[in-house]
Amino acid sequence: MKTVAETDREPTSRFTTISGRPIERLYTAADVADIQYARDVNDPGVFPYTRGIHATGYRGKLWTMRQFAGFGTPEDTNQRYKTLLRAGGTGLSVAFDLPTLMGRDPDHELSLGEVGKCGVNVTSLADMETLFDGIHLGDITTSMTINSPAAMIFAMYLVVAEKQGADWKKISGTIQNDILKEFIAQKEYIFPPRPSMRIITDIFGFCAREAPKWNTISVSGYHIREAGATALQELAFTLRDGVEYVQWGVDAGLDVDIFVPQMSFFFNAHSDFFEEIAKYRAARAIWARTMRDRFGAKNERAWKLRFHSQTAGVSLTAQQPYNNVVRTALQALSAVLGGTNSLHTNSLDEALALPTAEAATLALRTQQVIAHESGVANVVDPLGGSYFVERLTKDLESGALDYFAQIDRMGGMVEAIERGFPQQEIAESAYRFQQAVERREKVIVGVNDFVQTDEPPIEILYIDDSASDTQLEKLAKLKRSRDNDSVKRSLDSLRAAARTTENLMPRILEAVRAYATVGEMCDALRDVWGEYEEVPRI
Amino acid sequence: MRKLRVVIAKPGLDGHDRGAKVIARALRDAGMEVIYTGLRQTPEMIAGAALQEDADVVGLSILSGAHNHIAPRLMELLHAKGLDDVLVVIGGIIPDVDIPKLKEIGVKGIFLPGTPMQDIVDFINTHARARV
Repeated sequence: MKTVAETDREPTSRFTTISGRPIERLYTAADVADIQYARDVNDPGVFPYTRGIHATGYRGKLWTMRQFAGFGTPEDTNQRYKTLLRAGGTGLSVAFDLPTLMGRDPDHELSLGEVGKCGVNVTSLADMETLFDGIHLGDITTSMTINSPAAMIFAMYLVVAEKQGADWKKISGTIQNDILKEFIAQKEYIFPPRPSMRIITDIFGFCAREAPKWNTISVSGYHIREAGATALQELAFTLRDGVEYVQWGVDAGLDVDIFVPQMSFFFNAHSDFFEEIAKYRAARAIWARTMRDRFGAKNERAWKLRFHSQTAGVSLTAQQPYNNVVRTALQALSAVLGGTNSLHTNSLDEALALPTAEAATLALRTQQVIAHESGVANVVDPLGGSYFVERLTKDLESGALDYFAQIDRMGGMVEAIERGFPQQEIAESAYRFQQAVERREKVIVGVNDFVQTDEPPIEILYIDDSASDTQLEKLAKLKRSRDNDSVKRSLDSLRAAARTTENLMPRILEAVRAYATVGEMCDALRDVWGEYEEVPRI
Repeated sequence: MRKLRVVIAKPGLDGHDRGAKVIARALRDAGMEVIYTGLRQTPEMIAGAALQEDADVVGLSILSGAHNHIAPRLMELLHAKGLDDVLVVIGGIIPDVDIPKLKEIGVKGIFLPGTPMQDIVDFINTHARARV
C-alpha cells in the first residue's frame, strides 16, 4: 500500500513558471523568515518602494491607459488617435514604421515595401505637424517609441509643440531612447554603441534644462522579454541598462538628482501571473537601493522607479485569436497588481496584423473593466505579504543582483553587449522555451493543445502600398519647396558638432526647423560615426 | 549524400530575429548545415549568399509586411543565377490573402506563427534536394 506522501507526490518538473523557475507546492511563514518588512518591503510610498511609489496607489490617480498605435501615413494615424482619445484613452503612444526607426527616408532602397507597414511614417517636421493636427500637445502626454533617431523625432515634437503655443517646460511625455536594448534584443540600431550613448546623454542634459517634465528615456525590458528572455533576465538586463545610462550621465558631468528622476522604465506583462507581479515589485526595490547606495542619489524622485507596461505580444496566437483577449486581460491584471504607472493592452489580432480599430478599442475596454469593475484598484499592492509573492520578489531581486555583478565584472553593459553576453543568454532561453513548447511541457492553448482545425478567418487590417506612394510624393514635393540651402547648412553644422563633444540637440532642432528629413539627419551622423553591424550568431 | 545546406536570412529593415535564430538552431539540431546571414539583407545579398554557400534551401524570416516586395525580387535573382532548384520557404506574419501570390512565384513553404519547428524540419527534408 502506498503512503499518503507517495500518492501525493507530484511530478516536480511540471511545476515551473513560464521562465522555467521551479515553484513549490505551498509557501508558508518559513519561506519568508529572512525577509524583514521595514528593511526589505515597507509600505507603499516608502523606501525601497517594493509595494509601490505612491502611498495612495491608484486612489490618487489610475494608471495611464496608453494604447500604442501607428500605421500608414500621418493622416491615417491622426484619425486613429482621435478615435482612441474619444474612446477614453488618456495618453498617446506613437508606433513608427521601420524606415523611420532606422533613420531611412521612404526613397531609400532599404525602405522598399516597409513604408507605413509596422507603424506610421514620419519623414520630416511636416509629417509630425500632420500627425498631431487638432491634438493639443499642451493637454496630452505622448509616448514615442523611437530609439536611434530619438533626438530627431523628439526635436520635431518640440517644434510642433512650440508652433501650437505649448510651453516646453510644461509638456510631458516619453521618448523610448533606449539604445542598449536595441543592441541586446530588438536590433534597430544605427550607430555604434558609444556615439549612440553620447546622443542619449545629450538628451538627458538638454531636457534637464529645457523640458524638465519630459521622460528622457524609457529603459525597456519589453523587447528583451519578447526576444525570449526569462522574467529574471528581463529584470536584470533592463535595470543594468538603467545603471549604465546613469553611469554615462554621471561621467558626462550630469547631476543624478536632476537627470535620474526624468528616467522611466518599460516592462513586459507576460503570462505567468505571480512571477510578473514579483518582477515589478523587485524592480522598484533594486532601483531604489542602486540609486541611493551606488550613485549616492539624495532626491527621492531619483529612487522611485516609474514604469509603463505592455502585455506580451509574443504570447498572442494566430490560432483561435479570441483567446488573446483572455490572455491580455490576465497579463494586464498582473501589471496593475504590480503597480504599473501606465499600460498598453494588445489587441486580439496582433499575431496576424496591426490591429483593426475595433480590436484596439476592445483592448482599451479590457483596461477600463479592470480599472472600474474589478475592484483591484481600491487597495495598494493587495498581494503584499503573500508568502509566495514576497519569496518570489526576493528571489528575483537577488538573481538580478547576481547578473549585475557578472556584468560589472565585464566592465559594464556596453562591454557585455560588445561581447554578445546578453544576446546569447536570451537566444538560449528562447530556444529552450520553444523546445519546451514542442515537447508540450508548456501548453499554449489552441497551438499545442486544445487545437481546433475548422476556424473561420477573422477580419484583419491590411495595409497596402498607398501609404508608401503618398509619402514618396510628399517627400519629393518637400524637397522642391523647402529652402535647401538652409537644410544643407544645418546638416553641415550637425556633422561638425558630431565631431566635437557639444550637445547635439540645438543642432538637430535647427535642422528640423529647416525641414531636413530623418534620413538626412541620420546620414549626417553616419558620415561621422559609421554604422553598427552585429556579428551574426546562432 | 551530403547534409542539406540552408541559408536563413532576415531581409528588410526589421530586427526581430528571435524566429530566425530559433529555427536556425532547430534545423542545425536536425542535422542540416545552417548559414545565418544576420540582419538587413537585401534580396541581392541573399541570392548571393545562396550561390556562394551552395545552398539547397533559403529560409526567409519576415514579420514586417514587406514580403510582397522582397520575395518576388529574390525569386527573380535566384532564377537569374540559375538557382531555380533552391527550395525557398518563408516564416513570419503573412496575411492569408498574400499566400497564393507567394506560392505562384515559387515560394514552396509558408510557415505562420505557432508552426512547430518539427513541421518545418519535416517539410524541408521532404521537399529539398541536396545538390551533388
